[in-house]
Amino acid sequence: MSVDNNIIAHWKRSEFLLIGGSAGSFKLIFNIVKNFNADLDKAVIIIIHRKKNFFSEIEKLFAENSRISLKEIRDKEVIRKNTIYIAPANYHTLIEKNGSFGLDVSEAIWYSRPSIDVTFESAAEAFKGRCTAILLSGANQDGAQGLLKLRDNGCLTIAQNPEEAEMPQMPFAAIEIKAAEYILNSEEIFGLLQQ
Amino acid sequence: MSTEQEVLSAQQLDELIDLIKKFHGFDFSCYSKASLKRRVIRIMQNKKQTFYDLKHTLVNNQHFFQEFLDEITVNVTEMFRDPSFYKAINNQVIPYLSTYQHIKIWSAGCSSGEEVYSLAILMNETGLSKKSFIYGTDINTEMLKEARKGIYSLKKIKSYAENYQYSGLKGSLTDHFTIMYDAATVHSELKHNTLFSVHNLVSDAIFNEFQLISCRNVFIYFESELQEKILELFYNSLAPLGFLCMGSKETIRSDKFKKKFKVINSKENIYQKIVS
Repeated sequence: MSVDNNIIAHWKRSEFLLIGGSAGSFKLIFNIVKNFNADLDKAVIIIIHRKKNFFSEIEKLFAENSRISLKEIRDKEVIRKNTIYIAPANYHTLIEKNGSFGLDVSEAIWYSRPSIDVTFESAAEAFKGRCTAILLSGANQDGAQGLLKLRDNGCLTIAQNPEEAEMPQMPFAAIEIKAAEYILNSEEIFGLLQQ
Repeated sequence: MSTEQEVLSAQQLDELIDLIKKFHGFDFSCYSKASLKRRVIRIMQNKKQTFYDLKHTLVNNQHFFQEFLDEITVNVTEMFRDPSFYKAINNQVIPYLSTYQHIKIWSAGCSSGEEVYSLAILMNETGLSKKSFIYGTDINTEMLKEARKGIYSLKKIKSYAENYQYSGLKGSLTDHFTIMYDAATVHSELKHNTLFSVHNLVSDAIFNEFQLISCRNVFIYFESELQEKILELFYNSLAPLGFLCMGSKETIRSDKFKKKFKVINSKENIYQKIVS
C-alpha cells in the first residue's frame, strides 16, 4: 500500500486536510507544516495533544516556519482555504456543517482535550468525502474511531506506519479497526502532500 | 464510496429541540449544533436508546429530563481555570473595582460553582470580600444545589490547587477550605458573599446591575445570533465602565457590540463597557 494514482487524485481533490498527532508526532507535523507550498489551496486542521496551563510556543514556531498563514482556532471562526489551524489546548474542536469551528469543554476523551476523535467525527459529517485525514504517532488510541468514521464517509484516511512511528499505539489502533485506507511512512506522507 | 447511516440526523435533532421546548420549556434551538448533537448521541449510547426511545422517555419521564439536562449542558468546570485570566483580573481590573463602595459580580452559567468561589477567593485575597457580592446563575437547578454546598472531592481540589499556583495569588487554595475525609468544603465566610439562583440566558431578563460579569466558556455553546442577544443583556446589566469577561477562545464577534466595549486584555478576553 504505497502512494498510487488513486491516493494522489483523492488528495488533490480534497478541500481539507486533518492531521492528528500525539506523543512523538511533533517533529513530523513541524516538517509537514514547513513543507507546504504557498499555493496549497486547502484548509489544514491540526489536532495535537498537549497540556493545559503551559503556554506553548507551538503556534509561534509553526507560524515562523510556514509559507501559509497559521492560527490557533477561535470559537465560531469560519474555515478558510490556505490557512493552517491549530486546535487550542483544554478545548475540544468541532466542525459545524456551515464550515465554521465550534469549541467545547466537555470531558476529556482518552485523557485528551483536544481529542482527535471529537474533531474527526464532526469533520466526517461536515466535510464528507472532501477531506484527507492523517493519524500520526501517539501513545493512546484517540483518533482511531474518528478516522474510521471519516473513512465510512468517503474521506481519504492515512495512518503513519506504526513500525516507524515513535509511539506506534495510535496509528496501530486505527489500522486494527480498518480505519486507515493507506499506511504510509513519513517520507511517503511528505511526498504525497507535495503533490 | 459508502456513506454511513447517521445515529441522529440533523432533522431528528431539530425534532428533539422542538419537543423539549414544548414539554419542558427549554429552548436549545440556537445552541451550536455539532456540540449539542454529540451530547445527545452520547446519551443515546449510554442509555442504549434509539431516537424513538429517547423521544418517548423525554415526554413521559419527568425525572429523566433532569438527567438529560445534566448531560447536554456541559458542566465541566474548574477552579481558577486559565490561571492567567485570574492574574489579569488581579492586575488590570481589581485596582479599578477597589474604588467602588459595593462590587457586584455576576458569574453567568456557573454550573457547580467553581468560578463563583474562585472569584470569592480572589476578592478575599485582595481584601475586597466585605464589599463584594457574587451572583452565580445557571439553567440547571441540580447544579445550583451542588454549587450552594461548595463541597468538592479532594481529587478535584488537587487539580484546582495546581491552577491556583499559576494564578499568582499568595498561599495555597486549601487555605480557603475545610478538609474532611476525601472532600473539601469552601469556608463559610466565602459563601456569605454568594447567591446562587436559576437564570436562563436564552429567555430570562436583566435582574441587577453589575460591576463585572463573567461568562466564560458558555458562548461556545451558542450560535452567533444568540451570542449577540446575550451580549445585549450583558451590556444592559453592566454599570457604566463595568467589565465583561469571556472565555480565552471566545470573542465579541458582533460589530454592533465591538463598538460598545473597549478591549482591556485581548488574550484573556476582558472587555469594558464604553459609555456613549
